[in-house]
Amino acid sequence: MSFFKKFKEKMLGSTPEAEETVSITNKFKEGLSKTRNQFTSKVNDLVAKYRKVDEDFFEELEEILLQADVGFETVTELMDSLRFEVQRKNIKDTSGIQSVISEKLVEIYNAGEDDVTELQLEETGLSVILFVGVNGVGKTTTIGKLAHRLKGEGKNVMLAAGDTFRAGAIEQLQVWGDRVGVEVIKQSEGSDPAAVMYDAVRAAKSRGVDVLICDTAGRLQNKVNLMNELEKIHRVISRELPNAPHEVLLALDATTGQNALVQAQTFKEVTNVTGIVLTKLDGTAKGGIVLAIRNKLHIPVKFVGLGEQMDDLQPFDAEKYVYGLFADGLDLEEEEESDK
Amino acid sequence: MAFEGLAERLQGTLQKIKGKGKISEADVKEMMKEVRYALLEADVNLKVVKEFVKKVSDRAVGQDVMKSLTPGQQVVKIVKDELTELMGGEQSQISFSTRPPTVIMMVGLQGAGKTTTTGKLANVLRKKYNKKPLLVAADIYRPAAVQQLETIGKQLSLPVFSLGTDISPVEIAKQAMEHAKEEHYDVVIIDTAGRLHIDETLMQELKDIRAIKEPDEVFLVVDAMTGQDAVNVANNFNEAIGITGVVLTKLDGDTRGGAALSIRSVTQKPIKFVGMGEKLDALEPFHPERMASRILGMGDMMSLIEKAQANVDEDRAKELEEKFRTQSFTFDDFLEQIGQVKQMGPLDEILKMLPGAGKIKGLENAKVDEKQMDRVEAIIYSMTTQEKTTPEIINGPRKKRIAKGSGTSIQDINRLLKQFEDMKKMMKQMTNMQQKGKKKMKMPGLDSLFK
Repeated sequence: MSFFKKFKEKMLGSTPEAEETVSITNKFKEGLSKTRNQFTSKVNDLVAKYRKVDEDFFEELEEILLQADVGFETVTELMDSLRFEVQRKNIKDTSGIQSVISEKLVEIYNAGEDDVTELQLEETGLSVILFVGVNGVGKTTTIGKLAHRLKGEGKNVMLAAGDTFRAGAIEQLQVWGDRVGVEVIKQSEGSDPAAVMYDAVRAAKSRGVDVLICDTAGRLQNKVNLMNELEKIHRVISRELPNAPHEVLLALDATTGQNALVQAQTFKEVTNVTGIVLTKLDGTAKGGIVLAIRNKLHIPVKFVGLGEQMDDLQPFDAEKYVYGLFADGLDLEEEEESDK
Repeated sequence: MAFEGLAERLQGTLQKIKGKGKISEADVKEMMKEVRYALLEADVNLKVVKEFVKKVSDRAVGQDVMKSLTPGQQVVKIVKDELTELMGGEQSQISFSTRPPTVIMMVGLQGAGKTTTTGKLANVLRKKYNKKPLLVAADIYRPAAVQQLETIGKQLSLPVFSLGTDISPVEIAKQAMEHAKEEHYDVVIIDTAGRLHIDETLMQELKDIRAIKEPDEVFLVVDAMTGQDAVNVANNFNEAIGITGVVLTKLDGDTRGGAALSIRSVTQKPIKFVGMGEKLDALEPFHPERMASRILGMGDMMSLIEKAQANVDEDRAKELEEKFRTQSFTFDDFLEQIGQVKQMGPLDEILKMLPGAGKIKGLENAKVDEKQMDRVEAIIYSMTTQEKTTPEIINGPRKKRIAKGSGTSIQDINRLLKQFEDMKKMMKQMTNMQQKGKKKMKMPGLDSLFK
């Protein structure tokens, strides 16, 4: 039985404890359906078109991955290890190669590390989550969704309106605060974001809040002044609360191409990013660059944004992610096997 | 992680074909691998890359290698020319209706920068075209989107038409147009909500707004950092509502911006403006040639040259060149140079425009200390006329005096003198080289000068 079949059984509930994961998996599948349809049907076309695993097959597979924004270097790496695997296992025809492809993708993503998707928060007392990222990736929306999620887990949540620059940003966070039913600490537009954080951490401490989520203004990573400002924000939070921020989450737009790698690197240097939220994955973009980010910079994806509703934020799972991409292909494989 | 430019990447391949008279098919194939890589790293869509590479290969094979160029330069030139051509001419014109108000629709994905661009565009219309624009807040979905546009309107002292978030965007647009007609506004700019190109309900909404009155312009606002998906986005929006132009935002970042090429080649619609910053006057016309250089990682030489030209008097420049050659460059000239550089803007921005600057170690994130330049100026101002023209006479006591006068230390003076000498030597090398032809050269001290 292949790794993925076992995996699928685990996911789709032959065991009782797996039942609950089914709905999440389905949500994932739903959100990724457009992605998957395009991607998987391409893989299927490929398998149908080339019965043999030869150079043409590899070339076309390479193209599919490049179009998923995986990036030239990572694709080359994957192709090399795939070629090796095919030779080693003496795979001649294309049926059954999907699982090898996905295995290799997960392998590249994990790069020998354990997958840490849970937020690393304090068991008791205040934890701080800082959101960073370039403009327009969906930081504020994600904060709203995460607040909803944490509140649902019984946590006492507070938000800090640290985007004092963009017009309407404070109001936008306030709307989310009202929707979710959590308090928002804010100052007027144009005030010092570090001062907002200072206020927020103090307020959170005195009011016995469990999780404080801090919004910041979007900034392009090559703006030195703005990155310095972010460093200051980070510093102020750490000074007010040792060990804080407990998580620094980089919001990354799935539509972004190779620049995402530079974004991740620069933000990591300045704020020690602990995880990524991959937003807007409900479109046709694939966000393949997260493979390279995890592989090169060791930053795991912690959540994915799959829509604009409050509960459209899901924990990331590399295996589910890849499973979502290959689901149709796997179903096909199984049917073939049962035919035999 | 700065990506290498195409020119640098081609170096290796080119060693092999040095001295050949014609570029063979095999040479081209080899080089096109690098072109393909460069374009993919720049986020140009794969299909677009393939078409492009094919076209360029056909053009490059059998070309005579011009005497003035190396084969590598020749290929880079062909690639760049073709790229520039593909991206179309400079077309930042806006078509206005003969019967006002002119209607402009802003559409795009979430977070592309529609609302900010709407404000910037209104500013351009007022300043450059002398129009009276009305901003329309038709994004009723995203929380506080209406407030955002209202704040921008306040910042620009421009009116914003809004009906809150309980009325449909189609109705808002309709009423806004009537309002504009009554109040004699020239242009109506409709800021629509960000939406996924595959969201059929919301795409229908755009079609409905479009149906009220044929808009004169429909601008697709696209994030310059967009990856391979740019073709799907552009294609769907174009097919559904028919765009007339593109605004590329966040180009002040460090992305290569290959999406520009992808969008252009799938829609054939011109890129009209580029967003270059968060300030409301940071909207500029699109320059295809600069974009081509940028995609190829060749640095934005044109912008640099333009900036330099705006600040440098040509006659003075010739005079200076003469001084370099004859080694009669003095501290006075140096002072003038510093002044000109300062006028060009923040130094680290200028450095970023230099091709290959990203590759110089330590320079990619160089924070140029502008204060250091002030210190250098102070030192020179503290010199006598004689010292400025013949720095050799600056001895111990003179150094002490200069240090005191400029509030610096003797070490600072020594360093500046050494750098000045190095610079003179370098100038000499450079001018000699121009006569002798190309050679690898080192630039001592240039980078330490500003640290």
